[in-house]
Amino acid sequence: MHGRVLIAMLLAALIATPAFADRYVISVLILVFYFAYVGQAWNLMMGFTGQLSLGHSLYVGLGAYVAAGLWLHAGIGPWLGVFAAIAVAAAVGSVTGWLSWRFGIEGVYFALLTIAFAEFTRIGFDHIDMLGAAGGLFLPVNAEEAGQWWNLRGGPLLFYYLALALVAGATLAVAWLRRSRLGYQWVAVREDSEAARALGVDVFRAKMIAMLISSGMTAVGGVFYAFYHRNLFPGQVFEMGRSIELILAPIVGGLGTVFGPIIGAFILTPLGEALIAATERSGFNAPGTKAVFYGAALIAIIYLVPSGVWPWIARRLGFSEHRQ
Amino acid sequence: MSSILFNVVVQGILTGLVYGLMALGLSVIFGVVRVVNFAHGEFAVIAMYAAYLLFSALRLDPLIAMLPIALGFFGIGYALQRLLINPFIGRPAHEQFILLVGVAIIIVNGLLMIFGPDARPTNLSYAFDSFAIGPLFIDKVRTYAAIAALAVTGLLFAFFRYTHTGTAIRACADNLVGAAVVGLDVKRLYALTFGIGLACVGAAGTLMVTIADATPALGPAYTLLAFTIVIIGGLGSMAGALIGGILIGVSEACAGFLITPSMKSMFSFALLIAVLAFRPEGLLGKRT
Amino acid sequence: MTDKNHMTLSRRGLLAGTAAAATLISAPGIVRAQAKTLKIGVLLPRSGYLAQSGQACHRGATISTKVLAGYGHSVELVHVDTESSADIARTQAERLINEGAQCLVGPFDSAAALSIAQVCEQRQVPFVINIAAAPQITEQGYKYLVRNFPTGGQLVTNGLNLIKDLLAATKVAPKSAVFLHANDTFGSAQRKAMDAIFPKAQMPFQLAESIAYDPKAQDLSVEVTKIRALNPDLVLVVTRAADAIKLVRDMVRQRFEPKGIISPGSPGLYDEEFYQALGPFADFHTYNLPWANPKAQMTQALEAAFKPAHPSNRFAVDCFNVGFTFEALLIAADGFKRAGTANGPDLMKAIKETNLADHVMIGGPIKFDEKGQNNGIISAVVQNRGRTPTVVLPQASATMAPVMPMPPWQGRT
Repeated sequence: MHGRVLIAMLLAALIATPAFADRYVISVLILVFYFAYVGQAWNLMMGFTGQLSLGHSLYVGLGAYVAAGLWLHAGIGPWLGVFAAIAVAAAVGSVTGWLSWRFGIEGVYFALLTIAFAEFTRIGFDHIDMLGAAGGLFLPVNAEEAGQWWNLRGGPLLFYYLALALVAGATLAVAWLRRSRLGYQWVAVREDSEAARALGVDVFRAKMIAMLISSGMTAVGGVFYAFYHRNLFPGQVFEMGRSIELILAPIVGGLGTVFGPIIGAFILTPLGEALIAATERSGFNAPGTKAVFYGAALIAIIYLVPSGVWPWIARRLGFSEHRQ
Repeated sequence: MSSILFNVVVQGILTGLVYGLMALGLSVIFGVVRVVNFAHGEFAVIAMYAAYLLFSALRLDPLIAMLPIALGFFGIGYALQRLLINPFIGRPAHEQFILLVGVAIIIVNGLLMIFGPDARPTNLSYAFDSFAIGPLFIDKVRTYAAIAALAVTGLLFAFFRYTHTGTAIRACADNLVGAAVVGLDVKRLYALTFGIGLACVGAAGTLMVTIADATPALGPAYTLLAFTIVIIGGLGSMAGALIGGILIGVSEACAGFLITPSMKSMFSFALLIAVLAFRPEGLLGKRT
Repeated sequence: MTDKNHMTLSRRGLLAGTAAAATLISAPGIVRAQAKTLKIGVLLPRSGYLAQSGQACHRGATISTKVLAGYGHSVELVHVDTESSADIARTQAERLINEGAQCLVGPFDSAAALSIAQVCEQRQVPFVINIAAAPQITEQGYKYLVRNFPTGGQLVTNGLNLIKDLLAATKVAPKSAVFLHANDTFGSAQRKAMDAIFPKAQMPFQLAESIAYDPKAQDLSVEVTKIRALNPDLVLVVTRAADAIKLVRDMVRQRFEPKGIISPGSPGLYDEEFYQALGPFADFHTYNLPWANPKAQMTQALEAAFKPAHPSNRFAVDCFNVGFTFEALLIAADGFKRAGTANGPDLMKAIKETNLADHVMIGGPIKFDEKGQNNGIISAVVQNRGRTPTVVLPQASATMAPVMPMPPWQGRT
């Protein structure tokens, strides 16, 4: 029970943060929320269902491009465009899932297949002239629309609260899903898909639903990304590095837990920012130094707390949440 | 036109063989230790810098430098397995993944800190030469590199086939419990395998400097390339890695020539998706 | 109980949040203390995939304080690495402004430029772009942004006109050309410009084909074979350094000798690694780019400061990146001097009114249109001679005469 109090207090603190935080902190927190959100989406696939996707930037990119393209070419705002974005990403996700699981592709092979899909799409988008191809897609920033929050035009606070709402919503949804019948089926599939099948779980269906929800949720993150940055380049949005970036938070935070992705994002993004400041102050700031420390920190974390930071904290605080 | 196409195919095969050697290391490690080396391409780039240093300091031709570098990489691989990776054996793939992503980030940025972002070329005296056979022009460097790649693969094949250690490693791959039961030192064999895998990367990276110039940023691209090849050929299959390399080399060359160069990698990924869909174990892989 | 607590807390939080929103929206008007020194945040991609160019720009930034002091400008620079990431560029822009930066300069990259531009617009802090070619940057209506760099279209227009001049000066009459470009942000902007401009430019030769290649591809021998099959007189290229090396190597190996290899406006043919890797084969390639005017006094001052600071780099090779980075800082410092204040709106107004006749790059005075674009940047024809970039046209700035067709590969030393 006191877990809920804690969560409510944390949420309240985050809602109140802009009152005393400066713009830099806000901009970092926006990134934290973004990674926490897409981390939640990815965690559904990997943490709950055990399917390692290394190509989730595909769904970020699809969501971003669909919403941005609709806004640019048809004047359809992001609040409507997001549904199209979800639909397209979920459709592509289901193709990936169908191709993989119908043919029994599992584990590392599945992971590499997801990379292949993302890279394939990246090069494809490099050639779609309507969406700017490799030259990039730009959302105009004309002054008349300034402050039109319904078109996702606004200052950092708009995006701060939007991102916070996304994380809160995703967390609630994930917590609910985990306790649903489907959630138990996912965990059964993750632990032993043969046994799950023997117990009457439709393994293929369970995985496909995980894929649909995960890719659709990730696409919403992409819409956020597109309207926050207001420019998109296939080489940067679909890149494999982006996929890796977005799975670090849930793994470091604690795979298969509801709060892992959030904790992970709160560790990694500020860690990166702190390392920038620290290397700068120490004067030991040859380009690359920060990233070397970041890499070392990743190794240390996975070495010391392989199942993630959140389960470790939760044990110490006496909470019951751990990987089911 | 057809002679030019033939030229393109031959170049593709030669480049593909070097790619294949690089992928071979990945395949060997996965086949036995069951660890996917996500820092594979980054290690190849370290080898490229080693080759560059040996060449600029001692004028050592990469075709010769390949041997000491491969040996050194064997040592690195052995130590790495023993010290860093061993605790992660048998652990879930994502934990190994984070570990090796960390290693990859350190390598890329460490090289950036040491050598800077500019490419370091190895200026061989025959770098610009080619064999003219009728209407065909075949580069000397690619030819030599491809022959060397074949030789290394042959050696490795013989090692696994005819030596006691090689047979023991294969036993580990086929039946881990059985191998432990008959008294094989599995930990040592794993370290040996990781060493051999890295020796392959070392040799491949050294050969690579004859084709490309060393920059820190190459690592992730090579990792991806090695993965694509290994999956097409079959993870764990040695001959598969070579075949996969050749297939990728030729398909990129033909797609680049006949369709458009900017889409050539798309065909590699399409090939990969097709192979996974219709023959998930890879062209020459065994179903596990 | 818990629910009630939560409600009150969040309601209070929301109120606080709204208050904060109001302050944040109205915040930019704060009057900053008058100071004699302008604090500039310099954002450059010194690691990540743009590290090479980012570090070259950084070499320019590090010597600028001293050179600017020589011209009576006092600036303090804070250097930040964007790691070639738009996310980091954005958070670091916020941090720099928090820490007192009164103007931002950078970032070599169009994606990062647009991320920083949003921050600067909201905080009313001037942003001077040193290098970024996407035409859209100055078409977005940003008021706190100026760009002292040509758009992709301007680069190509200038580049093609200079090819005509080059052909006239060398009396060479090629019949056909092939255009090869990297399919990345910069390359495809140039391709678009080429498709639009070439048909109207009335060039004295045909464009046989435009070929795009994937900058992530590891091998360019197929591209060269393809060009060889078309056998054009000229090869027009938009490449990066590593690709340019592979391209020329394969041309030599396949014994393909066009009359000229010309970049209509891109880097790639003059990096230090290009000279080191290709040796004699690096010579006689030509690129039409904005370039440091070797005869300008300010260029000479910059070069004099560059040599001792970066002994292992050559000014002639770095002068494109160094020159534009220096000029961006000069524009900020000059605006500060005229405005007499670092207050955002006033400083921005002064920067928009820039009219600098004395500067580094070849061309007329630095001026900005109402969108913040400097339309007066011209290109020069630069040719590799003795492994050094050498201005060969226009004659006023040239230190050597252009050579075309290029000498054969065979027999070069």
